[in-house]
Amino acid sequence: MKILVIEDDREAAEYIEKALGEAGHNAHVAGDGETGFTLAADGDYDVLVVDRMLPKRDGLSVIAGLRARGVETPVLILSALGEVDDRVTGLRAGGDDYLTKPYAFSELLARIEVLSRRAGAKDVETVYRAGDLELDRLSHTVKRAGKEIVLQPREFRLLEYLMRHAGRVVTRTMLLENVWDYHFDPQTNVIDVHVSRLRSKIEKGFDAPVLHTIRGAGYMLKAG
Amino acid sequence: MAALTAIMKTTAARLSALFLVLFALCATVLVFYMSSLSVRMLTTQTQETIAAEAQVLGRAYQRGGLPLLVRFVETRSRQPGANLYLVADPNGRILSGNVESLDPGVLETDGWTEQSFEYRRFGVRGPVNGDDPAGTSRLAHRAVALVLRLPNQMILLVGRDLGEPEIVRDIINRALIVAFGMMGVGALLIWFFVGRRALKRIDNVSEASRRIMGGDLSGRLPVTGSGDEFDRLSENLNGMLARIAKLNDGLKQVSDNIAHDLKTPLTRLRNRAEAALSGKKTTPEYREALEANIAESDHLIRTFNAILMISRLEAGYSAEQTGPVDLAEIVADVVELYEPVAEEQGVALESMISAAAIVTANRELVAQALSNIVDNAIKYSAGSGDAPKVLVSLLREASSVVMEVADNGPGIGEDDRERVTERFVRLEQSRTQPGSGLGLSLAKAVMKFHGGGLELSGRNPGLSVRMVFPGDSRKA
Repeated sequence: MKILVIEDDREAAEYIEKALGEAGHNAHVAGDGETGFTLAADGDYDVLVVDRMLPKRDGLSVIAGLRARGVETPVLILSALGEVDDRVTGLRAGGDDYLTKPYAFSELLARIEVLSRRAGAKDVETVYRAGDLELDRLSHTVKRAGKEIVLQPREFRLLEYLMRHAGRVVTRTMLLENVWDYHFDPQTNVIDVHVSRLRSKIEKGFDAPVLHTIRGAGYMLKAG
Repeated sequence: MAALTAIMKTTAARLSALFLVLFALCATVLVFYMSSLSVRMLTTQTQETIAAEAQVLGRAYQRGGLPLLVRFVETRSRQPGANLYLVADPNGRILSGNVESLDPGVLETDGWTEQSFEYRRFGVRGPVNGDDPAGTSRLAHRAVALVLRLPNQMILLVGRDLGEPEIVRDIINRALIVAFGMMGVGALLIWFFVGRRALKRIDNVSEASRRIMGGDLSGRLPVTGSGDEFDRLSENLNGMLARIAKLNDGLKQVSDNIAHDLKTPLTRLRNRAEAALSGKKTTPEYREALEANIAESDHLIRTFNAILMISRLEAGYSAEQTGPVDLAEIVADVVELYEPVAEEQGVALESMISAAAIVTANRELVAQALSNIVDNAIKYSAGSGDAPKVLVSLLREASSVVMEVADNGPGIGEDDRERVTERFVRLEQSRTQPGSGLGLSLAKAVMKFHGGGLELSGRNPGLSVRMVFPGDSRKA
């Protein structure tokens, strides 16, 4: 995946560039808003990572400028400003996701991968499949190896999100944000318990695990 | 000139000057109105007098003919301040009266000589044109007169000098000058009182503010107790200073807390890294040390975020927006979120929602506060006594909406209840439980931000935490 990181802190940018490279992506770095805007407008990137406070041109203005030009590349905003309304302004300016500094790299990576263009294509599908697991978004049914599994509404949404991003790491905060629509940080790992409940429902009685825990990062739904 | 400019710069001088100009304008208008009114009145009066006099003389002529008329005229002419009298034959020859000469043509028209005319009279000493060596000045004056044609074509003229209205005008002019003088003195007095007394207090206020700006933050502006505008200004500024001082204290407390409570985990972090570097370690050992450090930094970040959030909320300048929020939905969400955890810990988590309760609030903040309280309730009631239970209810009360979290755990002693909502306070018995010690302080700050409050009470056994939202549901 081709990723452009617009970040003025050189050390942070180099770290992200290197780590993204290790994760198998091709990352470029722009040190200020102007350069970032030019590169993003011309280059064919899959995801943009934009810091909010940048020299020469503010991050939000870069995003708004790109959107005005018809550049629809998904944007992940990085910011030290973490209040709910900062997030709202960021997303309103055209950002697709928002991550507050300091962040775990695993969180950044998971969000970038989920944001990529290829992931977006799944929105139109009505049935998600992973191995013998099947989720029908229209009839709200889940089957594994042809056998129907009864899920609570929240469990269904949890599985839906995991399956939509099958093969990618999904973090706990991403689940809380997308399945419960809350952005705060629960003190106890409530998400883990929900996931393990879901796991017991979709794995009990079947031999192959599909919902994997990725240590230090989150979860991944993957058949086989 | 420079001194004058300096004086004109003071509000008092400017006010005085403004008053002076305004008063002068009003006085001038008033005086002119009055004088024109009185002159008109005097003229009318004069005409009436003349008409009456002419009637008397006319009757005398009818009764006694020319000799009686002449006698009447002679007698009246000698009185001081007399009217003008003149009796003439049809040819205009003067037969009697105190008028020596006339503008030609005056006698030719009957009725009022509306326009004044020049005449000379005998026998009266006067200031005007008093250049006659004989001493009996012949005045050349303006007067108004009535010319009557008597039977036999005799002409009678009765008139009155216009000197009187002129004297009135003179008096008024003099009064005007005196009034201007008095107004000048008045303006000086206003300047003295307003400038020296009242505005001196403004100077005192700015003097005091300079002192406070100079660093004496405990200083306050003088309040005289009279309750006037200056006092109200000082009181408001003092209130502002008190608020600033409070915010300042808050900031100081935050930095103290950060220093105290973040240094400990930072030290742990450093020590662990140091220990990992010293001596030869196996790869799994390095991994373990690094993972522990990541966990420690995550905890640090969480604590730091909570401190920042609390301070911002407490300072009341958080940028978080509020909107209509259904508290019932939040209760349902949080209970649903925590239900598996509670079940895992053997705690029965139940909710009791009577109806939707829409208040103006920030959904994220309220949900976070409630989840902190529910988290605590589950944590502390788990494993205590039999059938641990946490009940989250949404209650509508007379003037408020209340979210209540009640548990049957060990509870909190009455003396400690106030203390636990302070930052970083963790009671001795809870030291072993994980947590930052900020959960309840954050909940309290959130409630304060929404214009409500957080109430803790004992349940015997257990604890009840009430999040009280103001009834009108509008943020204060």
